Amino acid sequence: MKNRGYYGDYGGAFLPEILVATFDELEKEFERIKKDPSFWKDYETLMSSYSGRPTPLTFAGNLTQKFGGAKIYIKREDLNHTGAHKANNVMGQGMLVKQMGKKRVIAETGAGQHGVATATMAAKFGFDCTIYMGEVDVLRQRPNVFWMEQLGAKVVPVKDGTRILKDAINEAFRDWVTNMDTTHYVLGTACGPHPFPEMVSYFQSIIGKEARKQILDAEGRLPKRVYACVGGGSNAMGLFSGFFNDPVELIGVEAGGKGLNSGRHASRLCSNDASAGIAQGYKTYFLQDDDGQMKETHSISAGLDYVGVSPILSHMHDTGKARFESATDTEVIKALQLTMQKEGIIPALESSHAFARAFKEAPCLSKEEAIIINQSGRGDKDIFTIADAVDDPEWKEFIIEKANEYNA
Amino acid sequence: MLESYIKERRKSRDILLMTHIVMGYPSFEDSFEIVRQMVEAGVDLMELQIPFSEPMADGPVILKANQKALEKGSSLTKCFDFAQRVAKEFPIPFLFMSYANIPFKYGMEKFSDKMAKINIKGAIIPDLPPEEGEDYIRAMNKNSLSPIYIFSPETSDERLLYLSSFASGFVYCLARKGVTGKKTAFSNDLAVYLSKCQKATNLPLAVGFGVKDKADVDYLKGKADIAVIGSRTIRIVEEKGVAATGDFIKSLV
Repeated sequence: MKNRGYYGDYGGAFLPEILVATFDELEKEFERIKKDPSFWKDYETLMSSYSGRPTPLTFAGNLTQKFGGAKIYIKREDLNHTGAHKANNVMGQGMLVKQMGKKRVIAETGAGQHGVATATMAAKFGFDCTIYMGEVDVLRQRPNVFWMEQLGAKVVPVKDGTRILKDAINEAFRDWVTNMDTTHYVLGTACGPHPFPEMVSYFQSIIGKEARKQILDAEGRLPKRVYACVGGGSNAMGLFSGFFNDPVELIGVEAGGKGLNSGRHASRLCSNDASAGIAQGYKTYFLQDDDGQMKETHSISAGLDYVGVSPILSHMHDTGKARFESATDTEVIKALQLTMQKEGIIPALESSHAFARAFKEAPCLSKEEAIIINQSGRGDKDIFTIADAVDDPEWKEFIIEKANEYNA
Repeated sequence: MLESYIKERRKSRDILLMTHIVMGYPSFEDSFEIVRQMVEAGVDLMELQIPFSEPMADGPVILKANQKALEKGSSLTKCFDFAQRVAKEFPIPFLFMSYANIPFKYGMEKFSDKMAKINIKGAIIPDLPPEEGEDYIRAMNKNSLSPIYIFSPETSDERLLYLSSFASGFVYCLARKGVTGKKTAFSNDLAVYLSKCQKATNLPLAVGFGVKDKADVDYLKGKADIAVIGSRTIRIVEEKGVAATGDFIKSLV
């Protein structure tokens, strides 16, 4: 039997029959480009001319000094075009779609970053583009909706289910089973049926490849630990993959929401609330009840608010190849504020989870050691959420005045 | 056995009818009344859907019914109780329809044993292809239950034969791409596809996705053995009430 994308017990391809042929084709095409060295070369060229790669590895001197432990380095995925690591995956899949001869792309989006990246790619490659986004996320990430539409994409608010990321994924699949002849589904994270987890990780591996070289150049040695936030897990897979064969501890940080005991979080690997299940075409840890119904999740960051997680990370969890922790909404805001004030860098709420955990651990490491935090995206997209969280009175006044202008 | 029941029943009917309900939608009492009316109106077999929070292959009508049923507290235990009750009360075969996570979480073997115990004859699980269904197929075979497999217009000839090698009872042919509850063109293309399906299996063929009225059912006579009415009956219940289901079924035959 052919490889069905299993990582230990997780992964697989739990596909409705109508999509089997489409996935067979996708897998064949992916295998082909993996073996073609010119594809990766073209990909790197595109990413350097269009998305500013390689992204820098920034030494955070002030934060290092403040915590008095390991040297803190930040991998700047926020400096990608469209402001997040999502561009890496999207441009790679875009090149693949072009070769497959399809004319339309669809995507789900949570925080909106993957939607914006997909809309950008579609504009550049000349594809039609539809983005599915949970209604709750449409409300909390309005600026990204605005940009997607300006870039020429159609944004469809998903009103079913819990109206967040997982529901947007279901809806994108419903589109795909109707339009697979013309359409490619640009899945945004290292989840879903095979070959998506592998393919998305493949394109994101550019992060880890660069980071490994950059830290060796800067420090002459490998980092002690690397940190990445984990929603679906694509930025974590991207960074981790650079260090798979090294004695480097890999730490994934999940959304702790209101706390792991509150029932209002999205921690699948570091809480006891998740168990193995099958949904959205693959097997992994899901936050689900005893009957197998998916639970509601919560996070201050739309991009981490997901009920499942990459099957590759589930396997790494079970085998101890990576450690998984969580950061609460409150810790995340504090870490974000500190990073802004000390380094002049604005991490996304998602990325701030990795910062929060790294700040807890940095003081326990020696000054000779280094750690890398993956800044998966930039935080200015989160201005409404962050302004609410820090409860800024002048911002509120501005919004009220702005609203009055529209009402006048 | 499901297959012999269908073949026997087909001797006296040009085409059989299979209908679909979501257990617990709009309520369990209503679900029971819908089953009663359908059986009395002449339905030959029925799918009982165990609601799931992520029904990927279902369109808006059945998706909403899944959600509403869960909101109203439809649980696996209640679905088992309901299925046991209708299977005991009414003289037609009942099948489960659900998604892979429901039997997976319960335990594939335990789930199949439970089906056998409460007299459910088979199951349709659209996101569990044979490649992923080893435990499921083994458990179903052990209990002489039918795992129902699906043919689609996208399925290659080679794969039709592969699927038939696991199929039992009948084969469910999707009339078109897409999800449940959308319009289907009952055209020559469909006839060509169905004759291809027929060549791939000796089992009876059921056709679903978009079958909505007598004209559609008549079109399928001679081309298939079972017409599947899914979303349409849920729409009828929503628009005209539970009491209208019997008359709707009678209008099809």
